[in-house]
Amino acid sequence: MCRLAAITSNEYFSPMENILALETMKEGHDGSGLGLTLKDLGGEFEEFKEFPIMSGICSRKGLDTLDDFMKKHGFRLKHEWNPKIKHVKGVVSREYYFARAYDYPKSYKEKSMREKEDLLMNTRLMLRKIGEPDESIFVFSFYPDVITLKEVGDPLQLGEFFGLDRDGLRAKIIFAQGRQNTNYAIYLYACHPFFIQGFCSMTNGENTAFVPIREFLMGRGFPGYTGYNSDSEVFTHILHYTVRQLGFPLTYYKDVITPLKTTEIDQREDRDALRLVKQSLRPLCIDGPNMVIGFTPDGTCFMVQDAKKLRPGAVGGVKGKYALMSEECGVDKAVPKRDRTRDIFPMKYDMVTISPQAEEVRVWNQLRA
Amino acid sequence: MEPATRLDHNHQLSLREFPYIIRWRDDRCKRCGKCTAVCPVKAIEPTVNVQRTVHSEGPLPQPTAVRKVIQVVEQVTDMERYCTGCGTCTLVCPNEAIEPEYNPQNKFYHYKNKSGEPYKRGGRRNDPSISTLDKLKFTRISMLTDPALDAGRHEFRVRTLLGRILPPEELPLKMVNGKLVVDKESGRFIPPVREIFPIMVGSMSVGALSPPMWEGLAMGVAYLNEVEGLPVVMCSGEGGMPPRLLRSKYLKYFIIQIASGYFGWDEIIHALPHMVEDPAAIEIKYGQGAKPGDGGLLMAQKVLRLIANIRGVPQFVDLSSPPTHQTKYSIEEAVAKMIQSMSMAWGFRVPVYPKISGTKTARAVLNNLARNPFAAALSIDGEDGGTGAAYNVSLDKMGHPIASNIRDCYLDLVKQGKQNELPLIAAGGVGKKGNLAANAAALIMLGASAVSIGKYIMQAAADCFGDEYNRCNLCNTGKCPRGITTQDPKLYRRLDADRVAERVVETFKAADVEMRKIFAPMGRSTELPIGMSDGLSIEDKAMAERLEINYAC
Repeated sequence: MCRLAAITSNEYFSPMENILALETMKEGHDGSGLGLTLKDLGGEFEEFKEFPIMSGICSRKGLDTLDDFMKKHGFRLKHEWNPKIKHVKGVVSREYYFARAYDYPKSYKEKSMREKEDLLMNTRLMLRKIGEPDESIFVFSFYPDVITLKEVGDPLQLGEFFGLDRDGLRAKIIFAQGRQNTNYAIYLYACHPFFIQGFCSMTNGENTAFVPIREFLMGRGFPGYTGYNSDSEVFTHILHYTVRQLGFPLTYYKDVITPLKTTEIDQREDRDALRLVKQSLRPLCIDGPNMVIGFTPDGTCFMVQDAKKLRPGAVGGVKGKYALMSEECGVDKAVPKRDRTRDIFPMKYDMVTISPQAEEVRVWNQLRA
Repeated sequence: MEPATRLDHNHQLSLREFPYIIRWRDDRCKRCGKCTAVCPVKAIEPTVNVQRTVHSEGPLPQPTAVRKVIQVVEQVTDMERYCTGCGTCTLVCPNEAIEPEYNPQNKFYHYKNKSGEPYKRGGRRNDPSISTLDKLKFTRISMLTDPALDAGRHEFRVRTLLGRILPPEELPLKMVNGKLVVDKESGRFIPPVREIFPIMVGSMSVGALSPPMWEGLAMGVAYLNEVEGLPVVMCSGEGGMPPRLLRSKYLKYFIIQIASGYFGWDEIIHALPHMVEDPAAIEIKYGQGAKPGDGGLLMAQKVLRLIANIRGVPQFVDLSSPPTHQTKYSIEEAVAKMIQSMSMAWGFRVPVYPKISGTKTARAVLNNLARNPFAAALSIDGEDGGTGAAYNVSLDKMGHPIASNIRDCYLDLVKQGKQNELPLIAAGGVGKKGNLAANAAALIMLGASAVSIGKYIMQAAADCFGDEYNRCNLCNTGKCPRGITTQDPKLYRRLDADRVAERVVETFKAADVEMRKIFAPMGRSTELPIGMSDGLSIEDKAMAERLEINYAC
């Protein structure tokens, strides 16, 4: 089972906080990798909030390809951050880790954010296609104010490897996942958190309905619904599809992945619409066991369970800082000074949302909505 | 010496040519005559033989012949009265003195064409080998990485949808105060959709079935819905429905079939203004797995008064429906016009879908339907489907296996992103070896939204003798020894409609539990695992490749 540590705050903090929280949840072997997604960046990226940041790894050869490609497509490099690598036993270093802020091509400067998002995603996909066969380029995200780091190894060691304890990298929302990959070959693109056009999620548990969900998403005709090296990637894409593509409010994500029974739908005010949503999105129902933590482009963070609640999840904190963790000990590590009696353990009908800047926690109940 | 003409018996058949040979035990038989009276084809008869025995007493051979007359039960060697192996004789024998035995060396098909009339029968394809459906295994078991579910404790929703489902992008929704509401001003047609149990009773007509059999099925289905909360639906078959049922609140559990003979539709149309409920759906029959390319056939001996009345025809005439709907000349014409006409009759409140026989061309039909916004589903009946009457050659040699046919269609829909819009209903050989739930679950994981059963429910609920060794299969003759497919009151009063209904309920309840026992260890409970092909494996590489599933050995 994956360990998940998400923290949302109104102040910038270091990703080491997430990694240390992950450490408290460690049980047994856990060296399959670490994924980090940082949103609402501080430190050296604070002044580049408008510019899309490309996060990835490449070889020397891949770097040349990347530079040529970006130049050819009119992107101009504004700023670059590279982790201060410290070689650690057990972590095999790759050649070039980077997070680069680019300026949009001139033709896109005046375009809508939606068009820009499509450009960024398509650029990322093209680079993935170019670099994947020889593993010369890995691109995890390309979006304003978001950085993603991924590597294989023990999360704590990786924190040291990337020099996160010494670096000034900071953000207001950070998601971290420690992979306990037990049955697949370790592959960087299979590592959570997954990100697409401002939407991000990470999940614990296997996805038993993976194949029908994947087939449904791939049939939507949206180029970003691809990859699927991990069965958890579909949770991010369902989120994106529900909120961005269909324009539904975030709470309907819960209605899509864990639809109510017909008799329960009858109790809802929006039952007529919900009935249609349930029918039309039937293949996107997750059958668990999964707990999903995610964020949306506006900085809202959430946690939901599958309908059987077979995976743990806890939310706790104080106004201005909340932790969403796969286990209670992670919350204790991230926000020790809080009223533990007010911690939330979302049940099958619940969706816990935390507003941007960790202002407010709400438990939305699917039955009583 | 016997004359040579008596010895060779040319042009007479030996019992070795017959599919079943009667084993009769002289020492057990008390000559009650029940077996000969009950035999539906008069394959056995009581007769007297002269027995000559030679006795010799004393130290030296002094043979004396004694002739006596004995009573025996004999199997006739007339191919028109062949023993069908039904075993009704065994059933009525008080002393276990008689039973038919299958003869694998038989040459039945060589001879069963007297007067140039090919062999016709009921039942399904005579192929007792293990079907593809029974070779499929469920191999994705949730173990530690994700916990298996408890079939008894967790909440399961073994339900499916029947009806055209709108793609999410086209839902007429708008947002009001942060909530989605249906935009009634959009003018978008929202097709009717029913939530049903994924196993349905397939089309078997009033006429093909006896009154107690049809009534028993109908009662069982109504009970499952009303009392057990299991929304099982049943298709009428071609031949209308009892007038009272058409006007009753139970009509909602029935799918009314229209086929090329339009039998029973006069009554249905007249009942329309009096209907208090809409039917579950309308099925337009274009084909049947048991006899692809053939129309329906109800033989004259089954067209008694009740049937004649419901169908609006004279008594005792062969009722054959044409192979195609005669008023239509193309797929576009046939499908679009029929679907729209039927939809219009019920104010577009009832799902209307076609049923075809399994065929290599199924995908062409499917793609036509995918583009028709009123098409509610596609039902495909594979080569192992049953029938009340068909030419043996159609039954045995025509048609397409359902597994690859349904898989091809599903994957075609996947390519278009329409796999959730047009439900596929699979039929033909479901439960052939008794594994109803497993066969149904396998078809669902290959891509079917629901399955239909016919032969299986006759066997399970009314003890139909028929099997794939051509046992019984007398459905077409009206002489069904179980009273299932006959209109002869002397035969059908053997069948108790209440008992049939009880068995229907038991069968579906058991299938429901078995489906859970399959889905639970695979970690599925909330939605039917339609197209969850990673859950399936087969021990045959070619089949695995063809079905695009795992190979496991």
